[in-house]
Amino acid sequence: MKKLPKTINITLRVWRQQGHESKGRFENIPVKDVSVHMSFIELLDSINERLTLDGKDPIAFDNDCREGICGTCGTVVNGRAHGPEKATTLCQLHMRKFSDGDTIIVEPFRARAFKLVKDLVVDRSALDKVIQAGGYISVNTGGSPDANALPIAQEIADKAMDAAACIGCGACVAACPSASAMLFVSAKISQLALLPQGRPEAAKRAVSMVRVMDGCGFGNCSNHRECENTCPKEISIVNIARLNREFIKASLASEE
Amino acid sequence: MQLNANIPGGPLEEKWDRHRFDLKLVNPANKRKFEIIVIGTGLAGGSASASLAELGYHVKTFCIQDSPRRAHSIAAQGGINAAKNYQNDGDSIWRLFYDTIKGGDFRSREANVYRLAQLSNNIIDHCVAQGIPFARDYGGLLDNRSFGGAQVSRTFYARGQTGQQLLLGAYGALMRQVAAGNVKMFPRREMLDLVIVNDQARGVVVRNLITGEIESYAADAVIITSGGYGNIYYLSTNAESSNVGACFRAYKRGALFANPCFTQIHPTCIPHTGDHQSKLTLMSESLRNDGRVWVPRHTGDIREPQDIPESDRFYYLEEKYPSFGNLVPRDVASRNAKDQCDAGRGVGLTRCAVYLDFSDAIQRDGRDVITKKYGNLFEMYERISDETPYEVPMMIFPASHYTMGGLWVDYNLMSNIPGLFVLGEANFSDHGANRLGASALMQGLADGYFIIPYTIGGYFAGTALDPVTTDHAAFDEAVKKDRIKIDKLMSIQGKRTVDNISRELGKIMWEYCGMSRNAEGLEKALESIQNLRAEFWENVIVPGTDRDYNKSLEKAGRLADSLEFAETMVFDALKRDESCGSHFRTEFQTEDGEAKRDDENFCHVSIWEYQGQDKRPAFHKEPLTFENVELSQRSYK
Repeated sequence: MKKLPKTINITLRVWRQQGHESKGRFENIPVKDVSVHMSFIELLDSINERLTLDGKDPIAFDNDCREGICGTCGTVVNGRAHGPEKATTLCQLHMRKFSDGDTIIVEPFRARAFKLVKDLVVDRSALDKVIQAGGYISVNTGGSPDANALPIAQEIADKAMDAAACIGCGACVAACPSASAMLFVSAKISQLALLPQGRPEAAKRAVSMVRVMDGCGFGNCSNHRECENTCPKEISIVNIARLNREFIKASLASEE
Repeated sequence: MQLNANIPGGPLEEKWDRHRFDLKLVNPANKRKFEIIVIGTGLAGGSASASLAELGYHVKTFCIQDSPRRAHSIAAQGGINAAKNYQNDGDSIWRLFYDTIKGGDFRSREANVYRLAQLSNNIIDHCVAQGIPFARDYGGLLDNRSFGGAQVSRTFYARGQTGQQLLLGAYGALMRQVAAGNVKMFPRREMLDLVIVNDQARGVVVRNLITGEIESYAADAVIITSGGYGNIYYLSTNAESSNVGACFRAYKRGALFANPCFTQIHPTCIPHTGDHQSKLTLMSESLRNDGRVWVPRHTGDIREPQDIPESDRFYYLEEKYPSFGNLVPRDVASRNAKDQCDAGRGVGLTRCAVYLDFSDAIQRDGRDVITKKYGNLFEMYERISDETPYEVPMMIFPASHYTMGGLWVDYNLMSNIPGLFVLGEANFSDHGANRLGASALMQGLADGYFIIPYTIGGYFAGTALDPVTTDHAAFDEAVKKDRIKIDKLMSIQGKRTVDNISRELGKIMWEYCGMSRNAEGLEKALESIQNLRAEFWENVIVPGTDRDYNKSLEKAGRLADSLEFAETMVFDALKRDESCGSHFRTEFQTEDGEAKRDDENFCHVSIWEYQGQDKRPAFHKEPLTFENVELSQRSYK
């Protein structure tokens, strides 16, 4: 078993901003005796406890499940969305990944399509808008055939599941130099395009989702692959290639 | 009080069909005249919003999160049961029904549970049609696994993320209806009050969690799907924002609360490391198939596990329950773990953990086999604890996970307040005193996709509804009341933070109203809760302003509810002088230390009616009758 120091001292350099129209600034908060077993979110909790008792405004940050699946949490830590650990959301990042004496820089996810709400909280509703444009199979409740009526090769189902694992946190957007949402959009398009149930609408879906994505102010993919590198669920950029194929096919076939 | 569960007549197998036929229909053209409010977007709320909108109703859906895709259903790992019998291993609707009734220790309604088993198959069909990537076998057909001790393989799953995939399916259907203009979505809203006009549920008051504004919305019916109240315990597996608020506010307006003391504790969570910890992460129970549970035989043995020889290890489950061993049900495993830790044999940093040791399994089957079965769980464990279960025994501890109790509903899933429907974990309907693994997802989706679309139609078609707008005085009254409460919370400016008080309440509930209870402890809990509630209203500190994003204020409001609701849980646990399912009263156990039911006196649903601040709620019973199954006693020796 590795033996680690039990506590470390760090300085948190955290972005504070009252609202999207106010001016933001970094604030330095020294924190002593941080248990290395804490998650990053629990560090923020403990700082907020102290700020509260000192009569100051706590740091606003979003979080919910604290087990890496809901996609609510997310800030940029030392220049990386969700922090330094690969394939890990902020809520599962533990303080043992930092060293005594570190200054840790914490900023919100920055993107044109994500309006800042307060401190580290941003509005990611643009991602919902993109899904509204076709991120589903148009089937009403009731009347579906027996679930086993349509066999799907295991390999295809697995690939669809790989894409479907996206938690919609927006880290890919925050990591992208162009603030593109291509990885997010392509994950949903891939999941549904791979499955036979999703084929009938595949062309319409690709065109419609890409159009709304552009309209929401997300940038274009410039092949930096930062998204894939940052994604806490390791969604592959193969999905972007698949999206491009679906989009081109759809555009060529389009009569609009 | 006259309570009618409205269970249709006729043989069990025909009840739902007959009822659907008997329910009056709303003319398709008239559906668009009805407005429905849905609170919550988990499996129940997401599926209900989507299917009601598909029928043509106007739906307004509210969620506490920034997006409806984030509700805590998303964290369910294991799977969803259905009686498809694809494995040809003897499953049937009747068997799923029977297992669920028995699993609930005969404290649920036969008719509701049978309907749930019937609908389980429709859910799988619909979810596959939605494009949910369930696991498949080599021939491309759906794969199943046996789950939670079931003797048949009836659990459908999507890796360890079944809840996520089912929720995203419901979310997709919901987004489709938003795009179609049939659902208006209100994220980052918290329900503060239920508005009742002419004795009918006609609207809600919510707080906008970004601007702090209090907003009113009117409708023809209100559906609460806000989940359970497990977060009342110290360190639950629930999400940060999971809370009893919406249900509790409805309870204060007259909705009845059923079986609040029935709460489930999950045995295999990753232990906490100190008071900084905010939640526990659950790991699949399947770990107990190969892991051996043990603690040091002697109290105060602080040697590293590898230094403790076999003779000094206490495999307490194997010794106490020779035939089931490490596979005893959730409640038995949980209770025994806590007993060992209370007796001073706990391990780990906080001495609140027991070992789950895979070394024998690795030796027997080889590391590759174990990796194949549990690799992802071991990885998750290592990420959180920084130890690898391949080399040192895993540590586990129980945590609050699910609540079977909830608002009382009839067979139509309508509460005693006309027009207030309650679905999913928020109601009490199907799991009795204990829920089986992989049944929560099933119930949430059955309620939302396949029950409410019919029963709400029956309500609209048979009810006279006057036009009501938010100009009605009842909205004004509710807004004023909530404003006063918020102002009060902001003005106390005491010395204890919300989290700090919340933790103390959680510890009281965990200690005295957790997985084992007794009258003495429960009485003590009542006193502690009352004292803590008094302290809260004098000494809590809420920073910032109420016209802004303010998590502390949100949490303070929820804690105020919990400090009252906790008492109702304790009253219920005190009143039920028997042990059943998850409710283990130490005074009522068999010689073997098993839950001892008292079917003669307690074969009923316990129902609580709010009587006002600081007053004991009134108690009512709904007797449970069993015409199709014989009540049996379980034994795991």
